[in-house]
Amino acid sequence: MTRLTRRRFLIGSGLGAGAVALGGCDLLEPNEQTQAVLRSAETLTMKLQRLLQGRGALAREYLEADISPTFRVNGTSAPDSDEYARLLEGKFADWRLRIDGLVERPQAFSLAELKALPARTQITRHDCVEGWSAIGKWTGVPLGALFTAVGIKPSARYVVFHCADELEKTLDGSGRYYESVDLIDAFHPQTILAYAMNGQDLSVGHGAPLRLRVERQLGYKQAKYLMRIEVVDSFASFWGGGGGYWEDRGYEWYAGI
Amino acid sequence: MSQETMGAKPHPAKTVLVRRHSAVTRLTHWINVLCLGVLLASGLQIFNAYPRLHWGQYGSDADPAAIEIGARGDQGAPSGFLTVAGASVATTGVLGVSKADGEWTSRAFPSWLTLPSHQDLAMGRRWHLFFAWAFVINGLLYLGYGVASGHLRRDLAPGRRDLAPRHIWREIVDHVRLRFPSGENARSYNTLQKLAYVGVIAGLLPLMALTGLTMSPGVNAAFPVLLDLFGGRQSARTIHFVTASLLVGFVFVHVAMVVLSGPWNNMRSMITGRYAIRQEGPRA
Repeated sequence: MTRLTRRRFLIGSGLGAGAVALGGCDLLEPNEQTQAVLRSAETLTMKLQRLLQGRGALAREYLEADISPTFRVNGTSAPDSDEYARLLEGKFADWRLRIDGLVERPQAFSLAELKALPARTQITRHDCVEGWSAIGKWTGVPLGALFTAVGIKPSARYVVFHCADELEKTLDGSGRYYESVDLIDAFHPQTILAYAMNGQDLSVGHGAPLRLRVERQLGYKQAKYLMRIEVVDSFASFWGGGGGYWEDRGYEWYAGI
Repeated sequence: MSQETMGAKPHPAKTVLVRRHSAVTRLTHWINVLCLGVLLASGLQIFNAYPRLHWGQYGSDADPAAIEIGARGDQGAPSGFLTVAGASVATTGVLGVSKADGEWTSRAFPSWLTLPSHQDLAMGRRWHLFFAWAFVINGLLYLGYGVASGHLRRDLAPGRRDLAPRHIWREIVDHVRLRFPSGENARSYNTLQKLAYVGVIAGLLPLMALTGLTMSPGVNAAFPVLLDLFGGRQSARTIHFVTASLLVGFVFVHVAMVVLSGPWNNMRSMITGRYAIRQEGPRA
């Protein structure tokens, strides 16, 4: 049997303590190249998830009994523009959802027109990038059905959602919320423009009059206060070029994880 | 160390270097050290964005938490706390409230434990999700090699003799007395080592990967069974955290054992592959 000597113990403890201290030390602030290497994981994640899901795999749908007693309001709780205040005052009778860009027949839909279309209701889980989740029941128009109505041009690749809320006050307007998805998610059966939550008209906190549900991705993709949907071939020219408010602030465009 | 002074012995004790760890084991071990280090620090950064853990499918501010790290009290002098299953302890200085750049700050884990050190969820996720890939690829490489080469079966799977209660008890007593195997007995892992390593390799590490994936809405759509396996996304997040804590516990014990049972010899064996053992008597 090996006997532990005092000297060996002291040397060894020093080594161990050094290893522990190393774990706590901060790594250098990553430069552009390191960032690019770290970002490569996002592409890999998206490709593998898409491969494993196939186009049609559905997010889990829950039962009425599973609905969260309180659904946390996150991001903007009420857009503070005069325009939004006026629309809200008129119970969104004057609100129109404009669909344009790379479409054959640009159109503007009123809330009543959207509600008259065939609807889908789904009880799904909303996963915030921060880690919390809430389950709610959403009713709305499948986005794919609207695109079939307006006709998508062959060059179309992405769908950009323009919102009424400004999450950050800026002079150039870059604090305005926006989001984007590709056509696979746009035509996914659970991707809906929701006007009702838990059986009632969408509240202001949750994005009245209309919000996006794209159920296989995280919460920041679920854009609220929709005003305009623009079909594009690239989102590089919008604001920071990341394809969304949070994407321009360092978050992944593909938010499937 | 005992010195052989019996001059009558035909073959005096000598130290020989044996091959202990293969190149694949050594390489994947150190890559794993790097991955787990980055994953832990960036994981604590991600946890800080919402420092409450729930059980079930959903959970947010309004829902009861199983584990919570937070700050309370007035703006001037907040105090940090850790609550586990209703029992709360004051943790000001480390958890809940700690100093960042000399300022008292409300944050679950202190800046010296998180990557990046300042609050930055987006950057924490970039580190975490990149090194999660590295961790999984590295782990699959090790497992593939371990199965193909027979390393897992030969060196790590405990045999019937290993698992005899008397034998295990004897090893526990020896470990407590810091008496570690030497000579021929040091050629292979002892039972406690085997159990600890198998528990980590086949238990905790796969659990980390699976509970991590269960938090992904995209993976949930591809494999909804994961939600049933762990009882929901929030349960998976809680298990992810608890399992990470157990891994930290393992690393502390592992490093302590390396230090106590001969740090140079152990480190050399995990770097060069060579491990020194003393051979005594004619069988040497």
